[in-house]
Amino acid sequence: MSNHDQAAIDARPRLSRLEAAWVIARRDFIAVLFSRAFLFFLIGPLFPVLVGGLAGSIGGQNSRAAVSSEIGLAMSADDNAAMIAAAASLKPQLRGGVPDLVQVPEAEGNSGFDARDYLEQRKGNYVAIVGGTLSAPEITATEGQIARWKGPVELLAGTALGSSPSTFPSSSTALVTSSAASERSLRLRTAGAAQMILFLLTMLLGGMVLSNLAEEKGNKIIEILAAALPMDAVFMGKLFAMLGVSFVGIAVWGAFGWGFWAVAEDAIVTVTQTNYRELPGPAVGWPMFMTLAILYFSMAYLLLGSLFLTIGGMASTVREVQTMSMPVTMMQLMVFFLAAYTVTMPGSVLETVAIIFPLSSPFAMLARAALEETLWTHALALLWQGFAVIVLVKGGSMLFRKRVMKSGGGGHAKKRRSWFGKRGNANSAQQSSVEPAE
Amino acid sequence: MTAHNVVETNSDDRPLAIEARGLVKDFDGTRAVDGVDISVPEGAIYGILGPNGAGKTTTLRMLLGIIDPDDGVRRVFGHDRPHDIGRLIGYLPEERGLYPAMKSVEAIAFMGALRGLPLAEGRKRGLELLERHDLGYAADRQIRQLSKGMAQTVQLLGTLVHRPRLVVLDEPFSGLDAINQGKLEGMIRSLADDGVTVIFSTHVIHHAERLCEGVAIIAGGKVPYAGSVEAARDRIPAQVRLETRMREGAWANALPNDARREGDFFYFSLPETGIEPLLKTLIEGEAGILSLSIERAGLHDAFVAIAGEAAARQLEADQAGGAS
Repeated sequence: MSNHDQAAIDARPRLSRLEAAWVIARRDFIAVLFSRAFLFFLIGPLFPVLVGGLAGSIGGQNSRAAVSSEIGLAMSADDNAAMIAAAASLKPQLRGGVPDLVQVPEAEGNSGFDARDYLEQRKGNYVAIVGGTLSAPEITATEGQIARWKGPVELLAGTALGSSPSTFPSSSTALVTSSAASERSLRLRTAGAAQMILFLLTMLLGGMVLSNLAEEKGNKIIEILAAALPMDAVFMGKLFAMLGVSFVGIAVWGAFGWGFWAVAEDAIVTVTQTNYRELPGPAVGWPMFMTLAILYFSMAYLLLGSLFLTIGGMASTVREVQTMSMPVTMMQLMVFFLAAYTVTMPGSVLETVAIIFPLSSPFAMLARAALEETLWTHALALLWQGFAVIVLVKGGSMLFRKRVMKSGGGGHAKKRRSWFGKRGNANSAQQSSVEPAE
Repeated sequence: MTAHNVVETNSDDRPLAIEARGLVKDFDGTRAVDGVDISVPEGAIYGILGPNGAGKTTTLRMLLGIIDPDDGVRRVFGHDRPHDIGRLIGYLPEERGLYPAMKSVEAIAFMGALRGLPLAEGRKRGLELLERHDLGYAADRQIRQLSKGMAQTVQLLGTLVHRPRLVVLDEPFSGLDAINQGKLEGMIRSLADDGVTVIFSTHVIHHAERLCEGVAIIAGGKVPYAGSVEAARDRIPAQVRLETRMREGAWANALPNDARREGDFFYFSLPETGIEPLLKTLIEGEAGILSLSIERAGLHDAFVAIAGEAAARQLEADQAGGAS
């Protein structure tokens, strides 16, 4: 480098805050992205998804096996046949409203069959047993099952007796894509799902900031950073680096999800019984909603990250950092519950609180984007959240400078008034083991 | 010049690189630093001496703006916010810190980037520095693959890569073997030759005595002495060792009051009037002078006299701990 170049460097006695943050962000981003740990981090969420899918599949099978809706028939053979025929004739109209009817083998030709005794002895797998005759059916079941099946059984018996029409008029239908009620209901589901995804992503990715800071504490490099750059610029750099890493993670997971959707759309629609392509979009439209989702994720992440950094500022050891992060995690959970709770009560005081409180604001506002078309409120909320990030970063960096950059084990106690009104003693350096100073 | 940018000058008309007046720092009710005054002229090698826990690191951190003093004023090159002139400062903290996965040359370049040096230039200079210090072969090695001494050297080079005008080293000699300590002393002298101001803290007085133009002695958060090494040594009168053929005589009455006899020798402080009048009395009294030596007090003696016996004992214990 020529003397002229050196002079040019010397002429700028310090980096601007933005440049300083960029130096930190660049280092952290590259270091995290190209670490083996990040690869494990990326594939980490696949394991719960896999386990969840397996568990859901097994659970679904079990619950299908457990929740039987078969009703046993213990009438005469003719009546049984008439009941089964009536059920078959009504099934097209009433679908799930008609129970599955099967003859109870033990009751066939057994005039002394005692349905109560049979059920109490835990025999068979029937929710109820219908005995008696078509004109006077007797239902034996638990109270809840009687309440559920009394009407359908009477309808079937009536149909079997021929006292209800054997054919039903065919109605014409006029299909609407949506109605106010169904649209709102679906948008509420969109809002809830968006909040849930936002929460999971911030919790999953927010921890990276903490582990990054813990690493710097472990490496003792933090003092070099603090000596060279303003601490708020260091914090900001770290936050944006981790935000960048998060976007990479989301992009990877998003691509994986999109690929899965492309391959298994039909299966997903069949399993979930929902045609996602026909769902009504959020109130602000999908493009704007996605833009806002990215912005609110950024804000939620920066807010949580700055809190984690503040914790790092208050803690002296890596263990303390980890311990102190627990209350924040719990608080974040509460904040999510608050925002989720207020989705169904727009305009309420509680929703306003959720919008104003910085940590819940991104969640509450994202739900609003799903439900309401107004856009200016989002601009205002984003400004407010940005301001909160700056305040938290400033506060965190101040705490860091005050509390972390202590050293040694010397010093002497100051004279100060105790809670009991007496003055504390001024111990010598040798006597004091409380606080540091080298 | 504004109030925030005042360059004071030293008594020898050199501008001050660092000026601190009445620095105070408390941590949760404990006074770590209690009214520290330090003036370091540009181009000087300056030592901060004191046992562990004396307040050295806290003082350096305040001077560098890592923490702010609760009271008092600090100025670095006339600026009371050191971060405003971060480009001009290099700092090696006591607790060495590098990213273990970073390559040596990248670590140096990164430390330069923290001070405003473009990364590419930092890499180029880093390679040059590593080669100059016989570590060129380790340029692409990760920090975790280096020995402790090598990693310390890499960090020191990172401290210097942006060519700062002020270098602050906190306990730079700790953890280094004798050969590397010698190399480091050479580097510090070389920096001073180039006009760089070097401040280092140490609890090994010999380094300060060999290198420093000025020292500040810190004990219990206070600075009982700040000034030149020579002036510190001059605070204690030179010690005279006298060996005579005669064990008694009228001449013995001319010895100073603090004279004590140990075996064949008398030990006493050099009288304020000098040695000549005493010599004359000894010769006239036929004491039979066999040997006479005058030994100037060392910085260690000065430290003991200034900081007190307790601080000196602590210092010796620290040195023993550091050596082990």
